[in-house]
Amino acid sequence: MKHVVKILTLLVAITALWFGLLQTSVIPRSHTGLLPIYFIVSLGCYGLLMVGIGLMYFPTCPQEALLLQQDIKEAKEYLERKGIDVSE
Amino acid sequence: MEETNKNKNKYSIIIPTYNERLNIALIVYLIFKHLRDVDFEIIVVDDGSPDGTQEVVKQLQQLYGEDRILLRPRPKKLGLGTAYIHGLKHASGSFVVIMDADLSHHPKYLPSFIKKQLETGASIVTGTRYVRSGGVHGWNLMRKLTSRGANVLAQTLLWPGVSDLTGSFRLYKKSVLEDVISSCVSKGYVFQMEMIVRACRKGYHIEEVPITFVDRVFGSSKLGGSEIVEYLKGLLYLLITT
Repeated sequence: MKHVVKILTLLVAITALWFGLLQTSVIPRSHTGLLPIYFIVSLGCYGLLMVGIGLMYFPTCPQEALLLQQDIKEAKEYLERKGIDVSE
Repeated sequence: MEETNKNKNKYSIIIPTYNERLNIALIVYLIFKHLRDVDFEIIVVDDGSPDGTQEVVKQLQQLYGEDRILLRPRPKKLGLGTAYIHGLKHASGSFVVIMDADLSHHPKYLPSFIKKQLETGASIVTGTRYVRSGGVHGWNLMRKLTSRGANVLAQTLLWPGVSDLTGSFRLYKKSVLEDVISSCVSKGYVFQMEMIVRACRKGYHIEEVPITFVDRVFGSSKLGGSEIVEYLKGLLYLLITT
């Protein structure tokens, strides 16, 4: 099944649930009518939260830059000895 | 119990290059350093670099052997996807590694890719920068923000099954790469995304290993408005067609 079909099916199911709630009036009408807005806003907030958390805990590796410099030095020395042209 | 079961697989490492005369020498040295007991070949697909990259590769061939370093150039810049396809034609290994030439992908992670594949039997092992033991260096806040935002959006829309969609440091079973690449049409980093998403949809077993990514090209942040639009178009395309 194509992925977009999966997503659309999910949306249809949620919409059907919403219609169901509207019909049965388990929750007062005024609240039910606003459910889609709540859903979209929560989705947006969730997204922003994930971005924020991800940004806070973004893995960085400053020591890797140093290690890389060492590797480059080692490589250059070896290659020069062996006659490889290591000019930029 | 056998202490060392020799890994009899051959790995073809495809490295597309354009103006990487120094980096290609460094990366070849590092690959040989970190893959001592592994049967591999390096396939350099150079797109007609004017800086003499191919001359350096020929020197490296003298040093390491023409059977270990294959130079398969093309006349001009023809794109990354076709570079991989071109390299694939000359690959004699049963596994293919793709990586960048500019040392943002460090060969020291190659053994962990190989090990992960042997342990899990995965069809694809992809490097991820976004886990605890991985990471990036050289990105400013803006870059991190867009990367993170792009990732969250892609995860929400595509459910790709991997944490790093745009990474291009990957190990593939050769047959799997051939299969996936034939159905991909995008360019640039959307191409990398398309590869891994299509592979996921086709049900291939994908594993991840942490990698670190050192961006040495400071300041050349290629993230303008048009890049963002391209990305969103790419996402939409992947959403609908995969």
